[in-house]
Amino acid sequence: MTTRRTSEQGTSVQKTALRRRKRASSYGVVLMALAALGAVYAVLLAPQSLAQEQEQEQQEPANQSMQVEEGRQLYLNGCSTCHGLDLQGGAGGPSLIGVGASAVVFQVESGRMPLHAGVQQAPRKKPRYSIEEIDALAAYIQANGGGPQLPEGDLTDGDLQLGGALFRTNCASCHNFAGSGGALTYGKYAPELTPASARVVYSAMQHGPESMPRYSDAQLTEEEKKAITRYVRFLAESGDVGGADLGRYGPISEGLVVWVVGITALVGLTLWIGARS
Amino acid sequence: MSLLSKGTDAGAVWVDDRLGSSNFVRRSLNKVFPDHWSFMLGEIALFTFIILLLTGTYLSFFYTPSLTEVVYDGSYVPLKGVTMSQAYASTLDISFDVRGGLIMRQIHHWAALLFMASIVVHLMRVYFTGAFRKPRELNWIIGVALLVLGIAEGFAGYSLPDDLLSGTGARIAYSIALSIPVVGTWTAFLVFGGEYPGVAILDRLYSAHILLLPGLILGLITFHMMMIWYQKHTQFAGPGRTEDNVVGSRLFPTYAAKAGGFFMLVFAVLAALGGLAQINPIWLYGPYDASQVSAGSQPDWYVGFLDGSTRLMPNWEIAGFGYTVPLNVMIPTVVLPGILFTLLALYPFLEARFTGDRDYHNLLDRPRDVPVRTAIGAMSITFYLVLMIAGGNDVIASVFHLDIISMSWVLRVSLFVLPPVAYFVTKRACLALQRSDDELVHHGIESGTIRRLPNGEFVEETVPLPAVYRIALTGVESDRPQLEGATAHGEEGKPKGPGYGDQHVVEGAPERVPGFFRAKRRSGPSDTSAPRPEAAMPELERSGKPAPPEQ
Repeated sequence: MTTRRTSEQGTSVQKTALRRRKRASSYGVVLMALAALGAVYAVLLAPQSLAQEQEQEQQEPANQSMQVEEGRQLYLNGCSTCHGLDLQGGAGGPSLIGVGASAVVFQVESGRMPLHAGVQQAPRKKPRYSIEEIDALAAYIQANGGGPQLPEGDLTDGDLQLGGALFRTNCASCHNFAGSGGALTYGKYAPELTPASARVVYSAMQHGPESMPRYSDAQLTEEEKKAITRYVRFLAESGDVGGADLGRYGPISEGLVVWVVGITALVGLTLWIGARS
Repeated sequence: MSLLSKGTDAGAVWVDDRLGSSNFVRRSLNKVFPDHWSFMLGEIALFTFIILLLTGTYLSFFYTPSLTEVVYDGSYVPLKGVTMSQAYASTLDISFDVRGGLIMRQIHHWAALLFMASIVVHLMRVYFTGAFRKPRELNWIIGVALLVLGIAEGFAGYSLPDDLLSGTGARIAYSIALSIPVVGTWTAFLVFGGEYPGVAILDRLYSAHILLLPGLILGLITFHMMMIWYQKHTQFAGPGRTEDNVVGSRLFPTYAAKAGGFFMLVFAVLAALGGLAQINPIWLYGPYDASQVSAGSQPDWYVGFLDGSTRLMPNWEIAGFGYTVPLNVMIPTVVLPGILFTLLALYPFLEARFTGDRDYHNLLDRPRDVPVRTAIGAMSITFYLVLMIAGGNDVIASVFHLDIISMSWVLRVSLFVLPPVAYFVTKRACLALQRSDDELVHHGIESGTIRRLPNGEFVEETVPLPAVYRIALTGVESDRPQLEGATAHGEEGKPKGPGYGDQHVVEGAPERVPGFFRAKRRSGPSDTSAPRPEAAMPELERSGKPAPPEQ
């Protein structure tokens, strides 16, 4: 029964991995450059012909099971201590049955998993696994219990204006108007969104980690989630036309600057003038 | 100089032929202002206000105070096609499509923050040096009025762009008005022209922001300065400086050149801030929508203490007879500022009442010489700072990874514990500083030379404090030997206190009552008669170098 599920629901992860390999051969140079910025982004942006799709599908079953097996090995080595040998969970971590590939992408690609210590909220870290390994892990989790997974195609392929409006309605109240993050109760926090890749942003909405609500496709459609993802990436990548961003924290940092820089400089100048008269 | 005087004279004659005012002009140009760096702090406020008027005028050319909905079609792509108010759209246009619009907006906003900051710094200078004492109590009250008007003016400006932050601020203002018992609802309706948000508030805020409040501020600034002109500026004690004169530079040319140069420096700092540091990026906030709110929605810094008091206030409400009195909003945002600003405005009278001091004072106090006043000031600043930190507790918690709940509790306790601590620490520090001054005045400066007396006793030789520094420290001007000067100063039983100025009390003025405010300085030791060789005076810089008399 488990095996059946594998072949059906592991598909998208499988495709992603395969596509990446193809691009490596055909657009090698482009990929090298883009990989530096974010391999996933590059992968999902590239156009895919129908012929390629079909070709891919023929190769899928074999690659898929290989990927799941690779994921299983990675899981047993890196995750099973806390989450259990059969994903059943334990004292150290929750069960992973049914969390879906999306949760794996969020937790592992943002470096939150593996967790290094029991803290209030898993902090963002440098990711331990490569994108390929993450996809393998995701395929393994997806194959054992299913759950939400990232849609295919460009995750930032949404309407920027719609994304902005949805972001302000759904996200800004915790993550701040510019995605700079904000405090929650008892030491928890809504993290800054700038370092989050498109995959992490999208999967966070699907997965609803920590205190964050889960946005199913009924609450925010795939199109709307892509719009939000695009807006978040826009916020992260767009420069500040007005000069230094001061952390984009709003009036707090502005007030600090006016005292620490503005008034301090001017009082210094009065001292200078006073000393010369 | 003579050429300048000649030019001045010629000009005065020209004006005099027409207005008969040469006497006034000549006297004005010869008006003397004392030199001290701290007397320029108020000028920062004056200059930033001028810059605010200039940049604000430019902004008013392009801003439309209208809540009429339009579809944005400007250069900022993420909002293209979004429906928004004309006010917000025109502010976006100023930021992205008007030549020089963004830097004008940014300088204007930085100047607003700096205006308020310089008022506060100036207020602290006036407070700690006792410049508010008779005959300047009225000017103090005008200053407090300017502070309050500045806050109102700033809030009105903050609300104009109609972005998400502005709207959130206006919403809170509406709620604060609502929280007032009995008249609250009607006040809110009156101000907003009905239920929030209504359609009238923006027009009203605009009129208030560009006409009413700046007009009032300008009028009061003029009055503030006329009073300084008429009453003359206060000065610190120093050689030749008495209660009855002013020692410093003439308005023309020295003071005018200094002030003119300083204006350029203030403008330079503001231009640098406006050009290099982004402030209030309204395009990131998005158009106002009552269903949205952003984390980190804060007022500008000068309202931050009210945000803080609201955050620290327990959630208390009184409900009954179908009415609710929201103490959780009313106390921190209506009652507290009411008390604080009333106390601030009345402080000169309270202090005079407490000390019984009804004298004229044209010489300033050094903060250490009035420990209680200084300590009350430190206490108030501490109270204010705790509130201000509380106003930004979410951003602080987020940036420094703190727990916001524990932070609130720490701040609640601090609000009541830290001010008294600040009071006692400051008072002790003032007394200690007084003693160290006494040491210098009575013993002189340690020369480092140890001399052995014929009887075997070792004594350290001290260098007497030069007159310039002694006068600055004590306010006592005398050519008599130091011993006598010191004795006069520390005379037992006479309530001279620390007091410079005491030697120059206006004829016939009543003796000052000693006591609480001017905690008595320990009277100096009398063994200052040892001969003192001249030597280097390494410690002189410590007290600051008073300017030599210029007239």
